[in-house]
Amino acid sequence: MSQDPVIMLLSTAIIAGTPLLYAALGELLCERSGNLNLGVEGMMLIGAVGGFAVTAMTGNAWIGLLAAMLCGGVLALIHAFLTITLRASQVVSGLAMVLFGTGLSSYLGKPFIGFPSPATFAAIKLPLLGDIPYIGPIFFAHDMLVYISYFLTFIVWIYLYRTRFGLHLRAVGENPAAADAMGINVFLYRYVHVFLGGVLAGVGGAYLSLSYAPSWLENMTAGRGWIAVALVIFATWDPLRAMLGAYLFGALDVLGFRLQTFGITVSPFFLQMLPYIFTIVVLIIITYGAAKKFRGQPAALGVPYDREER
Amino acid sequence: MNRRIDYGDQGSIFSDDDIFAPKKRFPLTIEKRKTPVLWQTLLLNLLAVVAAFCVGAVFLKLSGFSPLNVYLMMFDGAFGSSYAISETIVKAIPLMLCALGIAVAFRMNLWNIGAEGQLYMGGLAAGWVALSFTGLPMFVMIPAMMLAAFIGGAFWAMIAAVPRAYLGTNETIVTLMLNYIAIFFTDYLLHGAWRDPAAQNFPLSREFVPAAWLPVLPGGRVHMGLFIGIGVALVLYLVYKYGKWGYETAIIGESPEAARYAGIDVAKNIVLALAISGGIAGLAGMTELSGIIHRVQPNFSPGYGYTAIIIAWLAKLNPWATILVSILFGGLLVGGYSIQLAGLPGATAAMLQGTVLFFVLGFDILAGYRIVFRRVKKSGGDAQ
Repeated sequence: MSQDPVIMLLSTAIIAGTPLLYAALGELLCERSGNLNLGVEGMMLIGAVGGFAVTAMTGNAWIGLLAAMLCGGVLALIHAFLTITLRASQVVSGLAMVLFGTGLSSYLGKPFIGFPSPATFAAIKLPLLGDIPYIGPIFFAHDMLVYISYFLTFIVWIYLYRTRFGLHLRAVGENPAAADAMGINVFLYRYVHVFLGGVLAGVGGAYLSLSYAPSWLENMTAGRGWIAVALVIFATWDPLRAMLGAYLFGALDVLGFRLQTFGITVSPFFLQMLPYIFTIVVLIIITYGAAKKFRGQPAALGVPYDREER
Repeated sequence: MNRRIDYGDQGSIFSDDDIFAPKKRFPLTIEKRKTPVLWQTLLLNLLAVVAAFCVGAVFLKLSGFSPLNVYLMMFDGAFGSSYAISETIVKAIPLMLCALGIAVAFRMNLWNIGAEGQLYMGGLAAGWVALSFTGLPMFVMIPAMMLAAFIGGAFWAMIAAVPRAYLGTNETIVTLMLNYIAIFFTDYLLHGAWRDPAAQNFPLSREFVPAAWLPVLPGGRVHMGLFIGIGVALVLYLVYKYGKWGYETAIIGESPEAARYAGIDVAKNIVLALAISGGIAGLAGMTELSGIIHRVQPNFSPGYGYTAIIIAWLAKLNPWATILVSILFGGLLVGGYSIQLAGLPGATAAMLQGTVLFFVLGFDILAGYRIVFRRVKKSGGDAQ
């Protein structure tokens, strides 16, 4: 394995960006249906703690992953119920999700703090692809979840832009009244995709606690869920751009540690601030560049669909 | 909304309800209520809290604890003695200031999640005054610290406010990012320029001179910050009720378009509201450092800014209700700490407060509905 600092930087950037990618893909699907779920941070934490706990109890990381998906999904379903059926404010519900998820995960995770995980996702070097010089160690020397995330990004792309369901989804997000009139079940599409958002956020969280760390720490997502929400805007709701953005933010995450290998020393606290500063800058630039409207934002994003008030 | 299919002289066979309504017709449905009734709102809030504690009880039970035991211990730790009550009020002070600040923003539908960061920056600003101008007498020092804290918090909020006002940038995410930046910045200062040489490598600042300590009321640690909090509540109450600005912010919160037509400068008001919101949260930082900690140290807020969001929402943005709910949540925090000493899970308070918000939100929605009995129609008739 090459010790070239550039390769190491890019390689770790991908690892660091993977939880962001999962969460962003989930949030992307959710927002494409017109539902803004700000609760990603809470869902990731619940996924992280749920995945870790179940893995610790069963000794199998894949079962833990499944549990994490379920946990994130259930939390998202609650958000879905509040915002789609009861038509509550999506912003407030999302915030409640974050606070609830943070509190609950802290509580559930208490017995697991400092616990070494019995099973994790180990890095696997892919046999042929992993030997390609330069590209190999960067992309193909990671664990299964990273490889699944590559696959998932393309699946989401195909789903969105090449399938009938994806077309319907986009219709629901742009103009739910028109979609409804066409016979598309707006509520079902929203419920399903909010749920998927939660499932993927849970996977993102589980990746942190089962592979990236691997351990459980209170609030271990450290704002990644929020960065994922910003990432979706940055990616203009497109999965391929989301992948690019995720790795970019991932690079910032690990930049601090990696800069030392380049012989540059900067205050560690400033380096820790980088992803957050960058998120702000990116958001400002995007909204500045898009003038009044976000480019590509699903037109019905954030507005509950109420048949009676059509 | 007339979508009857006209079959001419056959009359309408299909009506809206048959096509678009669910297959089953329940005799009982819920309809949107025009205005929520106050007693219903209060009752539902109370029910929400009870429901939250019930859910909490389930989790406690699953973890092998007796919920009743835990809750009683928490109550005792929070309100069981005069010392306990004074500790509860101590915690309530930064909570109420943050919540009052947050409410200013929420009134205009500006989601200021950055109270935590604004608290830190306000605290840092006040700390800077205390550490730099050690010769000041108290009656100059304290107001100076308060002013600095307000400016610090307001400035921090404006980083999110200006892009929001003029570009429409999402203030929720920006204020939240600023929280993390503020905390790292605090750590940076404490590990570097502000570190007390006598602190043996711990990241602590020098202790404040006595002139920078908020006076304490007898019988506990409750400090003058309490009056700052009540004072801010009073000012806000008056502004909301009688002030022109209070009226303007209400309009902007309801409909920015209407406000624009009325000639109100929406952008300027957004910046002003968020700045004031941040300033008040900054004051919370100052009261905590000046009244309790008496120096700058890392993580001097255990999430007050986040808990305050729940408080503001629960108190329906009303200043007096905010004080009351802050005391309750202060009790929750103190109770939570006290059971930790007995070996019970410390994150119980965090879990409970999240659950409370959940149920309050859900029940809040129910307050907007009422139950209606409707006779089931057999043929396609007018359901109006």
